[in-house]
Amino acid sequence: MIPELGYAATVVGFVLALYGAMAAVIGVRTGRADWLRTGERAAVGIWILITACIALMLYAFLTFDFSVRYVAMNTNRGTPFYYRITALWGALEGSIVLWAWMLSIYTLIVVVRYRRRQPELYPWVLSVMLGILAFFLLVMSVPAPPFERLSPIPPDGRGLNPLLEDSGMITHPVALYLGFTGFSVPFAFAMAALLVGRTGDEWITITRRWTIVAWYFLSLGLLIGGWWSYHVLGWGGYWAWDPVENAAFMPWLTGTAFLHSVMIQERRRMLKLWNLTLIILTFGLTLFGTFLTRSGIIGSVHSFTQGSIGVFFLAFLALILLGAFSLLAWRTDHLRAQGELDSAVSRESVFLLNNLFLIAATFTVFFGTVFPLLSEAARGVKVSVGAPFFNLVNIPIFLALLFLMGVGPLIAWRRASAENLKRNFLKPVLAGIVAAAVLRLFGVGNVLVLTAMALVVFVAGTITLDYGRAVRARRRSGDEWGAATWGLLLRQNRRYGGFVVHLGILVIALGVAGSQAWSLQTETTLEKGQSVELAGYRVRFDGLSASEESNHFKVTGAFTMTTGRSSFAELRPARKFYPQEQTPIAAVDYRLGWVEDVYLVLGDFARDGSRATVKLQVNRLVSWLWIGGLVLTLGAALAILPDHRKPA
Amino acid sequence: MIPVLVAVLAVSAALTGIAGAASPVDERVVHDVAAQLRCVVCQNLSVADSPSETANQMRQIIRERLAAGESPEQVRAYFVEKYGQWILLSPPKEGFNLLVWVVPFAGLGAGLVLVAVVLRRWTRRPAAVPSTPVDAAMRERIRREMSGGPRP
Amino acid sequence: MRRRWQRWAIPAAVLPVLALLAYGFWTNPREIPSPLLGRAAAPFALTTFDRVPLTLEDLRGKIVLLNFWASWCIPACYDEAPALERTWQAYKDKGVMVVGVNVQDTEEPARTFLARFGHSFPNAPDPKGHIAVDYGVYGVPETFFIDRRGRVRFKHVGALTDEAARQRLDSLLEEPS
Repeated sequence: MIPELGYAATVVGFVLALYGAMAAVIGVRTGRADWLRTGERAAVGIWILITACIALMLYAFLTFDFSVRYVAMNTNRGTPFYYRITALWGALEGSIVLWAWMLSIYTLIVVVRYRRRQPELYPWVLSVMLGILAFFLLVMSVPAPPFERLSPIPPDGRGLNPLLEDSGMITHPVALYLGFTGFSVPFAFAMAALLVGRTGDEWITITRRWTIVAWYFLSLGLLIGGWWSYHVLGWGGYWAWDPVENAAFMPWLTGTAFLHSVMIQERRRMLKLWNLTLIILTFGLTLFGTFLTRSGIIGSVHSFTQGSIGVFFLAFLALILLGAFSLLAWRTDHLRAQGELDSAVSRESVFLLNNLFLIAATFTVFFGTVFPLLSEAARGVKVSVGAPFFNLVNIPIFLALLFLMGVGPLIAWRRASAENLKRNFLKPVLAGIVAAAVLRLFGVGNVLVLTAMALVVFVAGTITLDYGRAVRARRRSGDEWGAATWGLLLRQNRRYGGFVVHLGILVIALGVAGSQAWSLQTETTLEKGQSVELAGYRVRFDGLSASEESNHFKVTGAFTMTTGRSSFAELRPARKFYPQEQTPIAAVDYRLGWVEDVYLVLGDFARDGSRATVKLQVNRLVSWLWIGGLVLTLGAALAILPDHRKPA
Repeated sequence: MIPVLVAVLAVSAALTGIAGAASPVDERVVHDVAAQLRCVVCQNLSVADSPSETANQMRQIIRERLAAGESPEQVRAYFVEKYGQWILLSPPKEGFNLLVWVVPFAGLGAGLVLVAVVLRRWTRRPAAVPSTPVDAAMRERIRREMSGGPRP
Repeated sequence: MRRRWQRWAIPAAVLPVLALLAYGFWTNPREIPSPLLGRAAAPFALTTFDRVPLTLEDLRGKIVLLNFWASWCIPACYDEAPALERTWQAYKDKGVMVVGVNVQDTEEPARTFLARFGHSFPNAPDPKGHIAVDYGVYGVPETFFIDRRGRVRFKHVGALTDEAARQRLDSLLEEPS
């Protein structure tokens, strides 16, 4: 029964979305508000239908309804309760449902917020949003039906991918998809502005806010993804330059570029064409990411099964990119605003450079990701483009961005005088140089690390300098210390939200540079009672124990870790054997620290527990990645708050 | 005195070099080689990073080959011979593969030139920004009127 | 209007990218051609589960079907096991040798596997994965066909079928020795 109900809801939702998208357009062309109202009702209806789909799927999961193919493929009777819920989006079909559901929520927010405030743009925005929804509902109906029936009904299911049995599974995909789908709102506004021919200023303000919202969730999703990779995958890293990580990173980069260049449009009314291009590109890249994960054309850890779904996504991607860019080309005359700058030494030009480097990073990542395809198409040779390439090529670009991050917020708009430069940058530059010199004295020889650290100190210096001045100014006008320090964040939340984000990036940069340069690892086979030593840690192998879990068999190693100061800790890395998986899954154990993490992976072992191979890592400064991520998201949240400077 | 010192240093360096070949292999070299190779059972992890059994065996093979006196390049060449270029995580900088190394930087260079040209063009014309705040739409219209027709 | 075509540059630039992505549908990222085809097969020296030494050198002049398998490889290795035995029975008198190489496995389940399918051709463990890497093995099962002159001629990825084995062995048998 459930499969039929769910399938019916999907198809009705698809029809409603198509109808609503057309009704909104008819409403605006004929000037009849009732058409528009039916379009809105369609949006509400779609949300109800997709919510019903989710409820039905949840019910099927919780009752082990293996007549639903998706349930049978992604759970079995041993799957714990919590993961029966997250299994909902653990594979292809379900992830599309979650995606569509979030899109329908964004659509509802657009309806509620903008039906009165933006009467001119709103119908088109609604139409575009419903159009995108129609596509996802089409995918749910034809190439990836989540409610496909399985017959005969198996006695037990296959089980969830064990790597997804992690608490991060509830937050990582949800945040990531909220980010991805969130970019559809700016896209819809951009399309509406182009269609109406009102590429003025009001839409750009709305778009900026929505871009920050999507950017916030995307950042969060990327960070949680890194954390998941670090503590579940057991390879000791947080970022592998996997095609799918790249696919999520690219819209983040272009979204970041937009958030900066939009400031020039707000202040100087330039770069309209460029900003629209960035929005289209960002939304296009979110679709590209989905295409990449779902089509299986490029091998990746995240690859879902292959099927016709890739063709659907590529067709939609083509439609969106060709349609949007053609619209842009058609409206070019509206958008050409003669640029004028007073000086090349100004914040405007720093922002241009910032955009250039962000786009260069995006292009590098894109080109590297599709290069294997290009190589195969051009000369039939399969090659790989992986971490060593991306690290090497991107490091200079990111160092340049770090530098610009220090200069941009403080350099004067229009024309920076020598006085302005000296006042703002002399001390931070000196601080950076001193920091590098001190590190050099302490024996740090790597030029890249020294540069990165010098830049981090330089940028931190500029932020401190500026914030210190602002606080002193508030103090002079009579504020208390507390009010001056914290009140400033809220009073100029947009500016200082940005500063906090920059601070977060700095802390992340610190973590990345430190972990890349100073982490250590060793791998060895230990007899029972033997120890391995690394960087002052001594880890002793005490034996193995086996246990039968609800859905897998687990072999746990017992290790005692001691340091020079004789403090000790127990480490319990394990290997988990799932019946549905060919190879065992490593479960790492670790001790996080401010300076370094101890990270232990259990490898091969003798069945009698007399011998085990372990990989011991001491990962330096990795914790700062997560701390920086927290700072970054706090800053983004601050920047989303309504602007207090002027009544909006 | 100094030449003697240099000679001593050179000899001791040579000695440690020889001793190094016979003694257990430097784990950092093993890691460096493994980090350039793609783990064949995982999709995008290096042999150095992958916790899989296959990667474990491949690391051991790297260790043995280095211990037998092969250079890191020879070990890498061995894997390329068996698996093809696919196994290298960054394509060798030759032939068609040069593209992937050159194009990003060429693009960046072209972008820098473009930004320079744009900045030159924008700063060359005298700033005609009105000092009194003008309605945005109005300003837009004025500008369009003024720059109407073919631009230089 | 200044250079009308210029504005269409961006939409036009999207086309080659889309074409490249569409090309991706015709490729399979998991299918990587082996560089070993046509080259001399790497020599190996094995000790079978029956404690009999076995080297490629000993098999010179014979056509060798070299199969890499593991007992945990479900279902593909289990699917192909009967076909391997049938192939062996059909070809063992025609100058063909079937050799199984057990990789990334432990002895006990491997022996259980062999007993279950009653394999009568030689099978040997490759405990350190040397032979697997020498043959550029990605995963199991993979099967290599070595001609009489000791060159790798075909590689089959995934479960082997009677048909696939017959086709390749016959073509190698037709060649003059």
